[in-house]
Amino acid sequence: LSALPSKAAIVVLGAGPAGLAAAHAASEHGQRVTLIDENFAPGGQIWRGGPSRWRDRSAHVLWRALRERPHVNFQGGVRLVASTEANTLLLDTGNGARHLEWERLILCAGARELLLPFPGWTLPGVTGAGALQAMLKGGLPLDGAHVVVAGTGPLLLVVADSVRRMGGRLAALAEHRGTRELARFAGQLALHHPGKLAQALRLFAGLKGAPYLRGATVLAAHGDTRVRSVLLRHRGREVELECDFLACGFGLLPNTEVASLLGCEVGPAGVLVDAQQRTSRAGVWAAGEASGIGGVDQALAQGRIAGLSATGRTATRAELQTLTRARAFGTLLACSFAPLPALREICRPSTLVCRCEDVRAAQLAVHLDWRSAKLHTRAGMGACQGRVCGAACEFLFGWQARAVRQPIFPTSAATLAGAMPMACAAPEKDEQQ
Amino acid sequence: MQADPDAQDTGQAVLLLVDGRPLMVDTSMNVLAALMAAGRLCARRSVSGEPRFGLCGIGYCQECRVTIDGQAHRLACQARCRDGMVIVTDGASQN
Repeated sequence: LSALPSKAAIVVLGAGPAGLAAAHAASEHGQRVTLIDENFAPGGQIWRGGPSRWRDRSAHVLWRALRERPHVNFQGGVRLVASTEANTLLLDTGNGARHLEWERLILCAGARELLLPFPGWTLPGVTGAGALQAMLKGGLPLDGAHVVVAGTGPLLLVVADSVRRMGGRLAALAEHRGTRELARFAGQLALHHPGKLAQALRLFAGLKGAPYLRGATVLAAHGDTRVRSVLLRHRGREVELECDFLACGFGLLPNTEVASLLGCEVGPAGVLVDAQQRTSRAGVWAAGEASGIGGVDQALAQGRIAGLSATGRTATRAELQTLTRARAFGTLLACSFAPLPALREICRPSTLVCRCEDVRAAQLAVHLDWRSAKLHTRAGMGACQGRVCGAACEFLFGWQARAVRQPIFPTSAATLAGAMPMACAAPEKDEQQ
Repeated sequence: MQADPDAQDTGQAVLLLVDGRPLMVDTSMNVLAALMAAGRLCARRSVSGEPRFGLCGIGYCQECRVTIDGQAHRLACQARCRDGMVIVTDGASQN
């Protein structure tokens, strides 16, 4: 891992669209940039799986340019676990710990899915919607498996399309929003984002007659050692569909943990940034989904603006206009597909909400806030550190549940011990002298 | 740019050992996909003994933890398949 320096003038954390755009902009006049990502391949989630799987031209353009710059360094398979000193990150390389000292840091931590609990959601074969997409990009062979895609949002269409292209049988796409709401969304796309409408229509046509249920709610997954069927409510009737996989997504959440760890202010929609993508902490920028869900175009525009700003330049008027347009799409998405309060009902009192500690909804519901629930039930104190159940509890109970503690990801004792010399080396040296 | 992440998707056949059984997969798959291909959908057991498998697919839910080459708590969704890899799941007991 000699390629990873211990000090870098500009560190970009996350190599998705925002991170690639930021690294590209920051390095275009020869500045040294270190780009790191916890995945082995660049691309983040939307461009997951690395260059050989990319279908989006902008991904290839950015990556080709970065590869040609000897002053840009990419290191994948590296996870940030802690911030050991003001400007030093502790990284788990999977092969030992490394420290990375930065002067300027651009956070492009991306998003994760909102995964909502319902009876049977812990069965193997029940996944997030974007999660199934990621698994397909990771080589999951469907071989004719029956898949139900459920939840809400346009991502469901993308996932359904992937299922069909990768050899699965789409048993149904079950969208929680009703036909009228979807038509209104399509109307807005037609008016303001015709390119996106064309994309949606292509995906819709790709369903090729598979049932597209609107106004459908997931009620339960049934199975034994894995999911075998899903119970849906559609137009007042209950429908049971057999399936090998159930992919359920309810929208995206910004990953704000790293920003919080570094002391950047975080709002309900993501890391707070100004027009230059600067966070509240000097020397730290944020771009992409982490600073507010808005999709790939917004991420690319923000990444570019952050990369320019971090190297003392400003975006052109055209670049700012691109961002304004992209942001309007993000707002439209948020208004059209925010999970409706009715979805709280799919979580029953006996449903496990915290999957790490097996805590049921009824055990949580008696508490007034997240802190009390954690202390009494251990919810959110397991391996995922509340990334799944904390977000679910925010939705279910209205709690503020985004606390962050170090290490921000589970890591080996050896990696944590790797952090020790910084704190303990000094006295040891004194003794030797 | 020094690293070469493009070298990943070459798709060479490799042999894994999953809970003591050989499994042929190719290097374009991650360990989670390999387990799914083998129909082994139990990575771990929950604290109350339920079988669990990958939920998020991208490394934060921690449900797909398995033991890889003696290292416990590795995320199957973030591990690439390598020849000779030895994978131990908590699903062994169910067969």
